[in-house]
Amino acid sequence: MNNNNLYNYILGIADNTLILGQRLGELCGHGPALETDIALTNIALDLFGQTRSYFQYAALLVGDGKAEDDVAYMRTERNYFNVLLVEQPNTHFGYVMGRQFLFDVYHLLLLEGLQNSSDITLAAIADKGIKEVTYHKRFSGDWMKRLGDGTAESHQKMQEAIDDLWRYTDELFQLTKADKAMIYEGIGVDVSNFKEAYYQEVSEILNEATITVPENKYFTSGGKKGIHTEHMGYILADLQYMQRTYPNMKW
Amino acid sequence: MTVDLQPNIDISLVPILESVSDPEIPVLSVLDMGVIREAIQEGGVVKIKLTPTYSGCPAMDVISDDLKKAFSEKGKTAIVELVLAPAWTTDWMSEAGTIKLESYGIAAPLDAIADKEALLGNKKLVKCTNCGSTNTHVVSQFGSTACKALFKCDDCQEPFDYFKCLK
Repeated sequence: MNNNNLYNYILGIADNTLILGQRLGELCGHGPALETDIALTNIALDLFGQTRSYFQYAALLVGDGKAEDDVAYMRTERNYFNVLLVEQPNTHFGYVMGRQFLFDVYHLLLLEGLQNSSDITLAAIADKGIKEVTYHKRFSGDWMKRLGDGTAESHQKMQEAIDDLWRYTDELFQLTKADKAMIYEGIGVDVSNFKEAYYQEVSEILNEATITVPENKYFTSGGKKGIHTEHMGYILADLQYMQRTYPNMKW
Repeated sequence: MTVDLQPNIDISLVPILESVSDPEIPVLSVLDMGVIREAIQEGGVVKIKLTPTYSGCPAMDVISDDLKKAFSEKGKTAIVELVLAPAWTTDWMSEAGTIKLESYGIAAPLDAIADKEALLGNKKLVKCTNCGSTNTHVVSQFGSTACKALFKCDDCQEPFDYFKCLK
């Protein structure tokens, strides 16, 4: 493969949508109400659709007859580059919405940047994705307010989730080697540039939701380098089950 | 950025394209949906460019297969290519399609600003497909498919789908 940086850059974006989609997919048939269940799986579907577009492109770069499924299923844990935030479990509904909200605000900023990429395929995927993620952010932001400014119990649970998930937000803005190479070529987005805008937007909505913006300065990271939390192995066990049981199977 | 929004479709292929419907909304043909961006005949081969409504729309694979089948029944070979840019918008749905959509029981998309107000529950703007009242409320911003939201009429009490505006 002659463009390893581009391949890794695509995975850095698409593994986030894949793993978050997988987490949301776990809720299929288990949502707290029918409408929310459908909404979460609809969001998962959007994320999987975007993932497919990215992986089809990544598979083309690999060549050698590889297809999107090879990219999705035939890797080991250390070769998935999603951020730690998206692999965190569906502890309770507050965590599901908190994780979604913290990711959606970032995701939209990323796609708005990627829309101007000099790579026309990535720009097209971003252009399409923006329309979908705008709905996701509206949905999760709405729930932040509903739960944060809801009952005493929903407020406490929403605050607990945000306090817990906050430590994973800084990683969103860290640059990998592939990021730097792609920014240099005008393909990649310098995510470190919109860190301030991100925290400002998140804080505004949290304030409106009567959630206290966490002040802790301890952040953890590793996912972008393939070093994951203990949850990742279980996700992959589910995700890769069919390929491990029936190697090279096709739908 | 201005893009050429007028799809390039050979007029002779229109009857066959019109016979292929959206599997999720069977009253609409692929032309009504505006998902065919190009259809041209070159020798014995028909080249079609298809664009998805939403990235994860599961109907795309079915539509692609249905197109190939419809053309092969007329003795033509169709090659279907999926294109992402420019991204599909609800503006590409035909006027006839919008009317068919409403009579099928799905409220047609409002403009972008009204859409947002309606989905956030700020204003009552979506017209009930059963009784025509706008005294309706959003039940869920996400409905039975990615492109729809779920509404309920507060006059006749009927639940109905609303096709979300996508721009």
